[in-house]
Amino acid sequence: MSARPAAAADPVDLTHGHHGTVPTPLLGMILFIASEVMFFGGFFGAYFDLRAGAPVWPPATPHIEPLEIWPIATILTIVLVTSSFTAHAGLLSIKRGDRRGLTRWLTVTLILGFTFLSLQIYDYAHLGFGLRDGIFATLFFTMTGFHFAHVLGGALFMYLLVLQSHRGIFTPEDHTAVTSGVIYWHFVDVVWIGLFSTYYLLR
Amino acid sequence: MAAIAGNGHGGNGHGNGQVAVGVAEPLPSLRTRAYDWLTTTDHKKIGILYIITAFFFFVVAGLLAELIRAELAKPGLQVVNDQTYNELFTMHGTIMIFLFVMPMFSGFANFLVPLMIGAPDVAFPRINALSFWMVPVAGLIMVSGFLVKGGAAAAGWTGYPPLSQQSAQLGEHGQDLWIVALIIIAAASLLGSINFITTILKMRAPGMTMFRMPIFVWNTLVTSLLGLLAIPVLSAGLIMLFIDRNLGGSFFDPTRGGSAILWQNVFWFFGHPEVYILILPAFGIISEIIPVFSRKPLFGYRAFVFATLSIGALSFAVWAHHMFATGAVLLPFFSIMTFLISVPTGVKMFNWIATMWGGKIKMDTPMLFAVGFLLVFLIGGINGAFAAIVPFDFAIHDTYFVVAHLHYVLVGGSVFAIFAGFYFWMPKMTGRKLSEGLGKLNFWLLFIGVNMTFFPMHTLGLDGMQRRIADYPANAGYTGLNQLESIGAVIIALSVLTFIVNFIITMRKPPTHEVDPWEANTLEWATSSPPPPQNFTQLIPIRSERPVFDFRHGTRRAAPPPSAPAPVTPEVSQ
Repeated sequence: MSARPAAAADPVDLTHGHHGTVPTPLLGMILFIASEVMFFGGFFGAYFDLRAGAPVWPPATPHIEPLEIWPIATILTIVLVTSSFTAHAGLLSIKRGDRRGLTRWLTVTLILGFTFLSLQIYDYAHLGFGLRDGIFATLFFTMTGFHFAHVLGGALFMYLLVLQSHRGIFTPEDHTAVTSGVIYWHFVDVVWIGLFSTYYLLR
Repeated sequence: MAAIAGNGHGGNGHGNGQVAVGVAEPLPSLRTRAYDWLTTTDHKKIGILYIITAFFFFVVAGLLAELIRAELAKPGLQVVNDQTYNELFTMHGTIMIFLFVMPMFSGFANFLVPLMIGAPDVAFPRINALSFWMVPVAGLIMVSGFLVKGGAAAAGWTGYPPLSQQSAQLGEHGQDLWIVALIIIAAASLLGSINFITTILKMRAPGMTMFRMPIFVWNTLVTSLLGLLAIPVLSAGLIMLFIDRNLGGSFFDPTRGGSAILWQNVFWFFGHPEVYILILPAFGIISEIIPVFSRKPLFGYRAFVFATLSIGALSFAVWAHHMFATGAVLLPFFSIMTFLISVPTGVKMFNWIATMWGGKIKMDTPMLFAVGFLLVFLIGGINGAFAAIVPFDFAIHDTYFVVAHLHYVLVGGSVFAIFAGFYFWMPKMTGRKLSEGLGKLNFWLLFIGVNMTFFPMHTLGLDGMQRRIADYPANAGYTGLNQLESIGAVIIALSVLTFIVNFIITMRKPPTHEVDPWEANTLEWATSSPPPPQNFTQLIPIRSERPVFDFRHGTRRAAPPPSAPAPVTPEVSQ
């Protein structure tokens, strides 16, 4: 078989994955987030479609007290936006090679995440209306509820990252899981800003 | 070295390119092999599992269709009652779309994409296994609807409220099983889409630039992008429907502030990209087959790629043409967009015809199905363009004309391409070529059966026969054509049976392991049949979109004579 051209005889590294600079798992996460944008987009589309078709908003019957922007909704927003910064501080730490800093900042993020979740449950319990109380309530609980589930998922992600970070597996060169977790957390934060704007600012 | 033996000549298929895998070893026990298949993360095995599962559901949904045709063969109710009939057409449509065509193309893409781009596997093999195993689970959940009180879902595959909500008040949960199954399938397709896009963007072999990728890979990329962006919207809609039915929500209940049209908007925003999810992989298969059997490169490769990309983009702006009759959508916009999206499809039609033009055409079974695809799909394209004309659509909305259209594109398009794909890639998947004689019988039965079943539906639709109704008046003049259609449905069943017989006969023969029986163009034909676990031991150079053609012809003088058996080198054993 020596007659084969040299190019064919050279063994090729089949574990190639060197196109561009975005690591493969991170690309997977970015695509997943793109699909999540469309998922929440479906709900936001439904919200604005129904709102545009309603003579008054929220609908007059059943009567629902207007949502209070202060204090809980504002605190929720501050907590989650802050947690985005702490998550990012964790990412910057590991880029500097500071593993302790990574663990510390991710733990703070996790605590802020659970603060958000607890406060959200408290808010649900004190709103005075439930999912069955007309279209506004259905939309509110479905959209914030799915956001709640995503924060919970993100918190679980943060928890796993804290465990791995504690074991010291991340390096300045190799921390794709941290990057993925942090951009997911940012995404969850952005969705909340959309919800906050829709339900509390655009009243 | 053996794995790249790029010739399929001569009668000695045995030695050529056969790798050392499993040749000398005794076959492992059934238990070992079953464990291996159940836990595999090899994209080729997962692809084959997808194909088997999808084919199973094709037969299930096909039997439901035969029951529908049996009921419609005569006026009056003979076989089933109204409720059962509603369940039959609902489950027929849903299973065909979500459990047959989608997983079938996932199967082809799983098997082929890594091979075609010279990768050892997909980017996330374990997620790939997860997305496969969700499909049979979802299928069982959906079909189990037939066993619960009130029967399976009966609101059509589109599940419009209020029809899809009424059964909730009666405590009937077939529709809920339908919703849950679809949410699982949506999640599976989503993960699959992420996997394919990542694989195609990140795992291409050196030399495999984007514009050297086979058209099938391009179409899988665009299909996956559509799935990534459209399927989550379906999930959102299904969740709303579930909340309305079970938790007291009012998304689609106008009496409590909701809107029934909202479901149609959400569903079709997904539903029209979905149409292209069901047909773009078929275009991909046809575009791989026609050049090989015309002995020419694909005419207008770049035009084809841009046509696919523009179909993908436009498919997000045509959804409301399914809703012309609601009066709640902007008719001129969606009509114009619909005409616009037929342009890139027309470009492809001319690409295929121009590829065959002046070619040295070989009418082997895969090519026969591909040419059949062009003819039948063309009818589906033309009657679809009719339906884009708003006043015409008002006249034929919810009649059998629409049923004719969607079956001409889904059976004439997707099913013909799937059979073409079976015949074309069977030698690569199993190391065995399906019988040509039975293959041609399979084709002619399908071609005759499909046209006999679906062509008269145009006439019935124009005569005003409504779809989704179990009965029709004896004096309406529908009887003769309906009988013809029912005979056609039996012929389609015979065609599928021919395929099954062909498959069984072929699998009982010893494999020939021909590397490249069709003298094809793309990389999957540069490794053994079936390929070894990591696909390639060595890669041939990739300098165009036809690397195997280049290799075969560029090295003709230097290559050993075709009959020389390739030595099995130690490094190929796994």
